[in-house]
Amino acid sequence: MIEVKGVTKRFGPTIAVNNLSFEVKKGEVLGFLGPNGAGKTTMMRIITCYMPASDGIVKVAGHDTLTDSFKVRERIGYLPESAPLYLDMDVTDYLSFVAQVRGIPSNVRRERIKKITDACGLEKVLGKDIGTLSKGYRQRVGLAQSLIHDPDILILDEPTTGLDPGQIIEIRELIKRIGREKTIILCSHILPEVSATCDRILIINEGQKVASGTPEELATATEGNITVRAKIHGKDAEIRERLEAMENVIGCRVITGGGSSPSTFVLKAKQEGDIGQEVFKMVVENNYSLSELRIERVSLEDVFLHLTTKEREAE
Amino acid sequence: MKNVIAVFQKELRSYFNSPMAYIVIILFVGFANWLFFRSFFMANSASMRMYFSMLPWLFMVFAPLITMRLWAEEKKLNTLELLMTMPLKDWEAVLGKFFSSLFLLVSMLVLSLPLAINVSSLGNMDWGPVIGGYLGAFLMGAAYLSIGLFISSLTQNQIIAAIISFFVCFGLWIVGESIVVFLAPASLVGLLEFIGLGSHFESIGRGVIDSRDLIYYLTVIGFFLYLNVKGVESRKWA
Repeated sequence: MIEVKGVTKRFGPTIAVNNLSFEVKKGEVLGFLGPNGAGKTTMMRIITCYMPASDGIVKVAGHDTLTDSFKVRERIGYLPESAPLYLDMDVTDYLSFVAQVRGIPSNVRRERIKKITDACGLEKVLGKDIGTLSKGYRQRVGLAQSLIHDPDILILDEPTTGLDPGQIIEIRELIKRIGREKTIILCSHILPEVSATCDRILIINEGQKVASGTPEELATATEGNITVRAKIHGKDAEIRERLEAMENVIGCRVITGGGSSPSTFVLKAKQEGDIGQEVFKMVVENNYSLSELRIERVSLEDVFLHLTTKEREAE
Repeated sequence: MKNVIAVFQKELRSYFNSPMAYIVIILFVGFANWLFFRSFFMANSASMRMYFSMLPWLFMVFAPLITMRLWAEEKKLNTLELLMTMPLKDWEAVLGKFFSSLFLLVSMLVLSLPLAINVSSLGNMDWGPVIGGYLGAFLMGAAYLSIGLFISSLTQNQIIAAIISFFVCFGLWIVGESIVVFLAPASLVGLLEFIGLGSHFESIGRGVIDSRDLIYYLTVIGFFLYLNVKGVESRKWA
């Protein structure tokens, strides 16, 4: 649906996007991740035809953003960072302006606005000036604006910044619901947001792609191992020996418990097999008792920090 | 055309939803009436000449006030990004905005019509120069607006847009004034008189509608609107 090939964007001597290529398939929700200033917004502006790339090709639904920008713009719904809106217009006037430019015929315009404002939870603020609305409501107006022409592609740039936790959950739910039918690029520097809503993640740093894949793939790619913490009652040395003898275990460390509490065994294990089950079986077979078993996968935070700081360390 | 109308309506809603439009119109009508009637009775003649001779100066202040927000605000709030990623051509946005500012200008002129009616009731007025005066004021105002609109597209700051627009309008007005022409080298006299906004206004104001003056104003308006389209496009030249 969206094809980006070798895109570079220079602003004078600064390179905002550097030879970036990726693809978004139909119906996919892509998380576009990177620290602030990584070039996310610039890339979105290129896809939405706000500015051309210095180099490279961007195609949206088969249309080139340079030669066929009108067709591209018709297909995309866009919510730029921090939802820029006309503060001195009221919500209904604003949405009907967008609907008008988006070419929604006047006889169905009112109906469409009603539908979209219901979906975005805007019923209460329809007649109010956008300038008087809270950040959460403005963000929803921004979202309503991007959905009004029922686009098949949606580009959301930091849709939840500045919202309170309750609002963040609401907006994420909304995005998930919409995401079932649409192709979405979700830009963010907040990890839980991306891992909660996206099928696939692309991480960029300083304008370049550093990784891409599903959240699980990324976690595996960074560090091949998983960590298991188990609290087992029994003789520490014996248990340790048995654990180390297991096939997928690479190493074992013991944190001795105080008094009557059991020791914690920290295992490094390979991804293959079900290490949890194996540990449990070993405990049962040997008549130990287990009071805690926890498997720690590498979190996206680790992946992100690892990937975006690696280069700086190397320098 | 549909998009031009959409932008036009949007700008009008913005103007009239905020106090801006009312303040500008009321101040203009108030000033115009006050300045006119203050010397009208001394002149002791049922003519609007005084009125039309001060309009260029009033418009010089009021036109930049009308246009200053049109692009500068879009840039400041970053709504330009949303506007320009909709299926809308740059020139459609420029024209929509221009017509909305023109609507305000026409409202100002219409609201000063009672003044003409009052004057005509006081004596035997020659309507020719009055109609010419209104036409000239409309064209000159439109030229000021196109200048102001262009300058608004160059900055995020409305105040700066207004001040610079004022100086550009002022400059274009005075280059054709006799004192400047008198001091200029002889080879430039013809050119300066032609470029100056003032000389064209005066001939229309006498009731003489000459196609050269009309073409002059339309050229100025077209030129600045063209520059405006280029100014909006400049976001793409990095």
